[in-house]
Amino acid sequence: MQTKLVFVSQQDGQEIPTVQFLSPEGEFSTSGEWEQYLPYVNRLTESDYLKFYRDMARIRRFDNEATALQRQGQLGLWIPAIGQEAAQIGSGYGVGPNDHIFPSYREHGVAITHGIDLMSILKMLRGVNHGGWNPDETRFHLYAIVLGSQVLHATGYAMGVNFDGNVGTGNPDVDQAVITYFGDGATAEGDVSEGLLFAAINKTPQVFFCQNNQWAISSPTKSQIAVPLYRRGEGFGVPGIRIDGNDVLASYAVTAKHMDDARAGLGPSFIEALTYRIGAHTTSDDPTKYRSNEEVEHWKARDPLLRLETFLRKQGVGEHFFEDVKNSGEVLAEEIRAATFALQNPPFENMFKHVYSEPHPLISEQLAWLEDYEASFESEGHVAHESAPDEIQGSYYGGDAS
Amino acid sequence: MSNFVDMPIAKAINAGLRKAMADDPKVLLFGQDIAELGGVFRVTEGILGEFGPTRIMNSPIAESGIVGTSIGLAMRGYRPVCEIQFDGFIFPAFDQITTQLAKLTNRSEGFLKMPVVIRVPFGGGIGAVEHHSESPEAYFAHTPGLRVVSPSNPNDAYWMIQQAIASNDPVMFFEPKRRYWQKGPVNLDEAPLPLHSARVLREGAQVTLVSYGPMVTVTLQAAEIAATEGISIEVLDLRSISPIDFPTIIDSVKKTGRLIVASEASNFVSVAGEVAARVAEQAFYHLEAPVLRVGGFDVPYPPAKLEELFLPDADRILDAVDRILAY
Repeated sequence: MQTKLVFVSQQDGQEIPTVQFLSPEGEFSTSGEWEQYLPYVNRLTESDYLKFYRDMARIRRFDNEATALQRQGQLGLWIPAIGQEAAQIGSGYGVGPNDHIFPSYREHGVAITHGIDLMSILKMLRGVNHGGWNPDETRFHLYAIVLGSQVLHATGYAMGVNFDGNVGTGNPDVDQAVITYFGDGATAEGDVSEGLLFAAINKTPQVFFCQNNQWAISSPTKSQIAVPLYRRGEGFGVPGIRIDGNDVLASYAVTAKHMDDARAGLGPSFIEALTYRIGAHTTSDDPTKYRSNEEVEHWKARDPLLRLETFLRKQGVGEHFFEDVKNSGEVLAEEIRAATFALQNPPFENMFKHVYSEPHPLISEQLAWLEDYEASFESEGHVAHESAPDEIQGSYYGGDAS
Repeated sequence: MSNFVDMPIAKAINAGLRKAMADDPKVLLFGQDIAELGGVFRVTEGILGEFGPTRIMNSPIAESGIVGTSIGLAMRGYRPVCEIQFDGFIFPAFDQITTQLAKLTNRSEGFLKMPVVIRVPFGGGIGAVEHHSESPEAYFAHTPGLRVVSPSNPNDAYWMIQQAIASNDPVMFFEPKRRYWQKGPVNLDEAPLPLHSARVLREGAQVTLVSYGPMVTVTLQAAEIAATEGISIEVLDLRSISPIDFPTIIDSVKKTGRLIVASEASNFVSVAGEVAARVAEQAFYHLEAPVLRVGGFDVPYPPAKLEELFLPDADRILDAVDRILAY
């Protein structure tokens, strides 16, 4: 007998139906309640299951390594996603090869399902750049640090997909959809509401994927919402569903189905993935100040990785597979570590590049000034300062040009 | 032989938008009440009939949504032109403009271009209620990544809106709303200047008078009156607020030795202040007198019955001319 995950709304005490195929005990259930999603689960092969596990374990090992690198001063900040691997890997693989993804800033798991080099993320958190990958090529757009801002970009992009006629043709090479990720905290931002409204009005091919990890830094979900999040889109005309975000099968199947529906022209939908942020908000945070150990332990027992491992072992997946995954995780951690140590500081010119796409006199002038200023140290027999901006004093412009 | 047509600024912007839309199918217009109504100032009147509802769309009343979705459309390869209904209503979009639109090219290290134009009717003098008469251009000029321009006459309006749409960078396009129905000749064949060049509107010898947008008309009036008193004023129209065409200003100041900067915006931390600072840095030894600013007072834009006192007029500018010549 499987444990059926049941959640209780804070408002009216009613049970909230939640899509789940894999119980916390690692039992698979094919109960008919969610039959529209079953074909998506049933089409998964053994290698898909193993791929899900491998990626979830890989991203967790990466996450732990990144925290260690931050603690050693190699990164300015780290943003852990531990506990959210099923929500991210499952949904990431539910996104098609022509679709576009608009992440927030914790979607490291989604990133690896679409080929983003993990060092691109670490470079950003080390302070080498602000992103810098090509969103057109990767279809995984840049991390958005201003909460909810990316939801409007996703909606505008999806409006463009509509205008271009890349919806509802039935041709898988033509049809496209857009998925945007955001957290429970971001749902309070007006941009999320405006995104839902513009999406509904324009019937965009779009999925709103909300990872409800239950904590917005130190604020619990109950202090931020009065009605369960999966219902947030209803009033705007965007239907919603809640899934067990720690069940990779539910995450994959529901995302894949809703993205298919979006591509087919059925309009936008909202998925609330109920999960839990096992780690801190970021490495600057101390979660022991605002939540109990009991709560964290409760959710550790519902760990998405452990759940999938239990299931796979019951299916007869042998120890050698888990050993292999563990070893490749260690190799990844070593590679990440070495690559982080090898990262070069950016040249000062980078600050002036790409402020504009086209030439701008103020930028050219200030770059020329800084070049001269830096060169002046060398001509005086000193080595140029690595952190030149701290040294700048006075005017950029060098006084009267007369 | 150039083809000149007389039209007011509102019609010149309308004609410029139509030209840009005809030239490039990726140009879309997006904003509140702009389709059937043609916008509250009728700047987009008739465009729905000519181009249809796939090219000009009414948006919900949500300025952040208008700009945020326009960013997404630009990522998709479109060139959206947004209309913000009034200057004082732009602030719900301030976050999307300053943290996203202005920075996405930089964040992506050049992979993303942001060819988005935001049209903003701005400035006072129309007897309006609160939030309908403001001059917020300095907020945007202060933000790296944005370009900020303001035409003062129909010919510039016609050409600058097309140049703004053609730019791969985001452009804030401030329209002088109290001059919308001021007529002038538009040369339909030839652009007068690049988007970011200032223009010497009237040559003079004793004082350089710089302004932009709705204030240009006032500075020309002041120069005309001063001429009857034997005072020779050189009038410059900045046209572009970011970047500012400093060489044209510096050349003029080197000739006249005196500079007055006039605008409707409050003086404190203003575009006028930036012009004054740059002239002090680059033409200090040419100045015969301190740079003076003639602007709005540093108070919230007043109720309509007081706006004539708030807005600089020709007399206020001539008062500054007297002071600067007395040095």
